[in-house]
Order: sequence, then C-alpha cells, then structure tokens
Amino acid sequence: MANDSNQVIKTVIAGSGFSYWRRKISNAIFTILFSSSIIIVLLPLLLIVGYLFYKGASSVNVNFFIHRPAPVGEAGGGMGNAIIGSLYVVGLASLIGIPVGLLGGIFLGEFPNNKLSTVARFVADVLNGTPSIVMGVFAYTVVVLPMKNFTALAGGFALGMMMIPTILRTTDEILQTVPNSIREASLALGVPYWRTVISVVLRSAKSGILTGILLAGARVLGETAPLLFTSFNNAFFSYSILQPISTLPVQIFNYAISPYKDWHRQAWAGALVLVVAILIVNVGMRTFSRQKFEQT
Amino acid sequence: MTLSPDVSTGIITQNLKAYFGKVEVLKGIDISIPKFEVTAFIGPSGCGKTTFLRTLNRMHELARNATITGKVLVDGTDIYAPSVDPVLVRRKIGMVFQKPNPFPTMSVYDNVVAGLKLTGRHSRKELEEVVERTLMQAALWDEVKDSLRKSGASLSGGQQQRLCIARTLAVDPEVILMDEPASALDPISTAKIEELIFQLKDRYTIAIVTHNMQQAARVSDHTAFFYLGELIEFTNTRDMFTKPKKKQTEDYITGRFG
Amino acid sequence: MAVEIEALGGAAEAIKVEKKSIVHADTVFKSVIGFFALLVIILLVWLGLQLYASSRLAFSTIGIWAFIKGTTWDPVSGVFGALPFIYGTLVTSFLSLLIATPLGVGTAIFLAELSPKWLRRFLQPLVELLAGIPSVIYGLWGIFVLSPLMAMTVEPFLMDTFGFLPFFKGYPLGIGILTASIILAIMVVPFIISVSTEVLSTVPVSLKEGMYALGATRWETLKKISLPFAKSGIFGSVILALARALGETMAVTMVIGNTPQISKSLLDPGYSMAAVLANEFTEATTASYLSALIAIAFILLLITLTVNAVARWLIWRTTRTK
Repeated sequence: MANDSNQVIKTVIAGSGFSYWRRKISNAIFTILFSSSIIIVLLPLLLIVGYLFYKGASSVNVNFFIHRPAPVGEAGGGMGNAIIGSLYVVGLASLIGIPVGLLGGIFLGEFPNNKLSTVARFVADVLNGTPSIVMGVFAYTVVVLPMKNFTALAGGFALGMMMIPTILRTTDEILQTVPNSIREASLALGVPYWRTVISVVLRSAKSGILTGILLAGARVLGETAPLLFTSFNNAFFSYSILQPISTLPVQIFNYAISPYKDWHRQAWAGALVLVVAILIVNVGMRTFSRQKFEQT
Repeated sequence: MTLSPDVSTGIITQNLKAYFGKVEVLKGIDISIPKFEVTAFIGPSGCGKTTFLRTLNRMHELARNATITGKVLVDGTDIYAPSVDPVLVRRKIGMVFQKPNPFPTMSVYDNVVAGLKLTGRHSRKELEEVVERTLMQAALWDEVKDSLRKSGASLSGGQQQRLCIARTLAVDPEVILMDEPASALDPISTAKIEELIFQLKDRYTIAIVTHNMQQAARVSDHTAFFYLGELIEFTNTRDMFTKPKKKQTEDYITGRFG
Repeated sequence: MAVEIEALGGAAEAIKVEKKSIVHADTVFKSVIGFFALLVIILLVWLGLQLYASSRLAFSTIGIWAFIKGTTWDPVSGVFGALPFIYGTLVTSFLSLLIATPLGVGTAIFLAELSPKWLRRFLQPLVELLAGIPSVIYGLWGIFVLSPLMAMTVEPFLMDTFGFLPFFKGYPLGIGILTASIILAIMVVPFIISVSTEVLSTVPVSLKEGMYALGATRWETLKKISLPFAKSGIFGSVILALARALGETMAVTMVIGNTPQISKSLLDPGYSMAAVLANEFTEATTASYLSALIAIAFILLLITLTVNAVARWLIWRTTRTK
C-alpha cells in the first residue's frame, strides 16, 4: 500500500518522459486559452468606447446640451430636453425606489434570518432578473391605461420598480456587515431600537447605502425598453408629470433606427454623453467606496 | 434560598432561568447584589456568567431565541414585568462590553454624549459639562481634551474602553455592568480600568464579569462563582479566595479545574 | 423621553415612566420596515396577476396552446401566434450562451486563478463596466459597426465555408439571428464572469495546496479540484446569464431584423418576444392586439422567473456549502 502511493507520488512529481511533457504542454495551452479569453471579452468594450468617442465627440457641443431636437434637414438641434427628461424620470423613479428599497432593505439587514427576509431576498433577486421590458408592460397596464395617456409618471413608476431590488439588496448586505457590538453599545445606553438603527447603524453604513442608491440610479438611467410605452417621447421641453417626456435612451434609439445621417450623428453624441455619465457614477462610486473600505 | 451578604441590596434575582432556544444556560439563580459595591462574577467559560450579566439589563433577550423566566428586582421593581420598558431599564443599568465598541463614525465628543443626544434634547452647555465630567470620571480627560473632535476609533484600545465607560456614565446610570472590560487590553490599560472601577464604586453599583481571578480579587468586594449555569457560591471576596466553602469553588480557584 | 435623573431610590419609578411611547415607537418602526419588505413580495405577485389578467382576453379567445404554437403573427387580420417570437428568443439566447460560456468561464478562471492580484484589481472593474453599458448603446454599435462587419466579412465567410449546412444559407444581410446572438453574448458575458470568479474564489486554498503538493500542474489542480468544486455555481451563473439574454430588449430589437418567421438559417432575420413588445406596443390599437402582446410579456415573465429561480438556487447552494 505504502509502496503504491509512493509510486504514484513519484510518477506525479518526476513524470516520466512523454506524460511529463504532455502535462506541461496541456498546462501551457490552457493557461494561454484562459488568458486570451479576457482579451476577447474586453475587446468589445474597447471597440464600443472607442467608437463612441470617434463618432460622437464631434457632435457634442453646447447646443447639444441646451437645445431640443431640430426637424429633419435643419442643422443644429440637440438633446437638451432628453437630458433633462432622463434626470426627471430617474428622479421620479427614486421617489419610489429609494423609500421602498431602503426601508425594506433595513428590515432584511436587521433581521437577516427572519422568514420574511429570506423570502423577500429571494423575490428581490428574481425581480432583479425580470426583463425591463416586462416592467414597462406592467407600468403600462397600471399607469398608462387607467390614465389614458403616456406620462413621465408611468416611466418613473417602471424605473422605480427596477431600482427597488438593487437598493434593497445593497442595503441588506451592508447592514449585515455592521458589527453587532455597535447595536449593543447603543441599546445598552438605553437608546430605543428605532433610534439605534437610524442614528447608529445607518450612520455607519451611510456610504455603502449611498453607493447602492447611486448605482441603482445609474443603471436605470440607461434603460430604454421600459420607457418606450410609458414616458414615450416628446419633441419639446416638458416638466409635467402627466405628460409624455423625452429621455436620452429613447431618443438615441429613435435616432439610431431613423434613416437620416444627421440623426445618426446625434444618436452617437447622445450615446457618448449617456455612457460617460454612467461611467462617471460607476467609477466614482467604486473608488469612493474602495477608499472607505481601505480606511477601516 | 437567597445568598446574600449582609449589605443593603441593589439587585435581587429570584429563580432566574435563561434560555437560548430550548437550552437552559442559567438554572435558577437567586442572588442579591449589594449597592455601591463591586460584585465580581467568576467561573470557567460557558458557565453562564456573561449571560447572567446580560439578563440584568435585559440585553439577553436581544439575542435570537433568547428568553428568561424568574424575576430580577431592581430596588423592588421587577424589570421583566410587562409594564416595564427595557429601554429605560438599560438607561438605569449601563453596560461596558468585553471589546471596546465606540461608535466608529462619531467623534470622541459625540461618542460620550451619544446616549443623551439619541434619547432627548439637551443644551450645548449641558452636553459640554457632561463630556468634561464623565471623561474626568473615566480618567480620560487629560488624554483627549485637545482632540475631542477626533474619531473615537482613533484612540488606543485602553482609551477606547475608558471612552465607552464615559459614554455609559453620561446617561447617569445607577448600576454599571462590566463584561470582562479589560480582557482585550494590555496590562497598563488594565490597571487603569481597575483603578477606575475602584473610584466609581462610591457612586455606582458595579457588577463585573471576569475570567481573571486576580482581577476579581483586586477589584471586588463580593464574588460569585458560577459553574454550569448555577450559582455555586457567593460571599465576600476575601472569604471566597481564602476559605471557600464549596469543593468546586476551591478546585476552580486553585486551578484544579478542567 | 426625557431622561429621569434621580436619586437612587427613584430607579423603579424612572423605569416605568413613559414606557408606552417608546415600546410603541419600536413596534411601529419594526412594522413599517417589515411592511416594506413585504411590499417587495407583493409587487412580484401584483406584477404576475396584473399581466395575467391583461392577457386573459388573448388566452381565452385564442387558447393558450394555440397562441404559443401559432406560427403566424398578422395583427391586421387579427391572427396572433407567438411561436416565431418564442423561437427567436430561445435560439438567440442559447446561441449567445454557446459563445459566452467558454469565454466567460475562461476569463473567470484567469481572474480567479492565474492573474496576479494587481491585474485582477484592474481588470475586474473593467468587466463590470461592460455590464454597466446600456443596452441601447450595444444596439447602436450593433447597427452601425457590428452589422456591416457581419455583412461584409463574417457572413460571406460562413456561407462559403459552411454553406452546405442549413444554418448558413441565405443572404449576408448583417442583421438577423446570428448578429443578435453575438451582441447578446457580449452583453451577458460579464454576468458569467463576475459570478464565476466569485464562486471560484470560494474554493478552499487548502484543497488546492493539497493538489499542488502532489506536484500537480495548475491545469490539473483546476480540473480536479477547483472546477468540480465550483461546478454548480458556474452553472448557476450561466443560467443567470440565460435569464438576462431571454429578456434583453433594445440591442436585440436593433439587430435581429424584426421579421416574425421561423427559419433554420442563422443568417436570416427573426424576431424575439422582447423585441416585438418594444416595436409594436404603441401600435396596438385593438384590445385583442394589446392583449396578445401582454400575453407575450406574461409568457416572457414566467420563463425568466423560472430560469432566475433555478439560477439563484444553484448559486445559493454552492456558496452556502463552502
């Protein structure tokens, strides 16, 4: 028995001729394969970002930010109304997504093993994977149909639904990392539980929760599908919650599938602005939260 | 049977049993803890001494599935009576934990007044007075008076623990429970904490859990020995360490315990 | 809430003072946050019921199976068959996974096992940025960059080389099932990478070291220890990516060709469930048309719910048992 295993180890370590080289070579081949897959994966990222700047940068100017779209054939025009509209709709979405996600998330994080938490956590994960267009259809049936009009409100409702699971789960996870000794310290001072959660627990989880909210906002800022038949589109500047409103992603989509070269240029410019905005939030939050993390 | 040294009592427990789920970790404790003195709880780990301490200010019930039966009388009132609010109990009976746990996001100043600020309104002047008084009581004032705005987490371990004591004093409790307050500290900080305990007992009833028998002998007036969830012996500290009555106590004190 | 500061004898009274308001506040607080946690569950139920109720008209007039099996979609004459969309969704999703899985798992292995730490810390955020780019941008890039490339180079090459297969017959249009699948693959690969990397990182170092100590190569350790250990988590990540691909709308809409037909050739245009919703929802003028579209949304919801639940369960199982 001992002899047997000795033999195995010897063979494995020294290898013998052919098998040794075969093992070496297969190791090298797979190392190369795995390393090259990351290059293939990141190539589209470089291409997409590269094209955005190449095609879009020349059309991004002051007019782009302050003007509304010009009719076909007329030069100039911009996506000012769409930029404001996007922020407006995401703002409405936050009014739904932040309270529900945050308060629900506090429950999940504070009572992580409660049955309700377990179910809600699972549902949130499932909801997070629900196609955004389905959320659009949902918003259509519960907001647009009864009100008989495409509205900014309907768009905000759809996006708000999508923000909930993200905020809920980040809040949940971050509160679970807050050490229990902090809660105990506060409770032992005779601070009521609700006050402990708000002033002590949430306070120490502040930056993480904020990161979650901003990332959720950045994510829905780029959503197109749920807005197509909720907030619809609008060629003008609109600030009414009960009117259709133009948003950047929908505008990009409409211009991209149009047959006009001018509009294609605008679509690229809009795409560049949208991606840069999202990247700034993402990268900013990442470095911010990493610094926070490394400090403690 | 209530074991009771001959002193006026602060806290009395009657047939106090504590559970985690179905596991009984305290098997009917009867004890009366004297006022304005230091009472130490000793015993091997898992003997229930920390659980016992945590039943005295209703921290025990915060753990999952943790329940108790029996009575805990503080000045004659059962703190587990349905009409009693645990929040107010904890304000009267403060607690210092094993590991220093200052609020990491708050400054030294804010840490001290956290209990006051989070439970009511107080004038700035009042708060400043409380900060100075309690930090002095906790023997920390001289070390931090120039850096009150610095983060509480930036202090050394021993300073953090004294900050936690100041924080506890700030809400003006009558009883202070200490759960191995020096076990995470170096010898010099430990000495400071022990000296502090000695000074505080003039004004506060103090109950301290320690696994360190020398510490119990140094700081306490009375000592209770716990073993396997039961109170084996409770007497004044000198008698406990010189002529224990029970065999188990003697075995533990002389280090003959497994 | 004022703190009673009294002489010692006052302790008992102080404890009883104002207890009601504070106990009440804590109960209220817990109920409120509990309500919002419950609300999330209610939302999902509401979503399901709402879509079901709105698609009942289509299901009852056409019949559920007839609707799912119907191959003709002609709103003008009121004929609604959803199979071309279901087919397009399934084919593009599976094809995209065929491309994305090896790449994603390979990248995850590189990040978790081969890459030096500094490189991983640089590359991982890049992968996550890839996931953060909006769908409509991928679509834009798909229309103007990928699809000409497909039409000029890739598709003619495929036709010349594999033209004898039914999958590569037709015209090099540049838009169609294959282009949509490639775009989808690019979009879902970050999901496979991030979950797989995480799962691979939970493989206990002691197990791997045991294998290395026997003189095993990196590849052998990976094959014998890490991959079997992380298997079901990686599988979960692929299923998660599948759920994404099934519901992905904008990019697919922009490059799939939007033709409700079932064709063997991957070069032919097709349609997907999400795409038909995006294109036709605002045009649905009759109640039956609208109901048929919502029925498609409902079926899509059911499919993604199931797929997601399976994926979550698989991932939960591996990360739990570490």
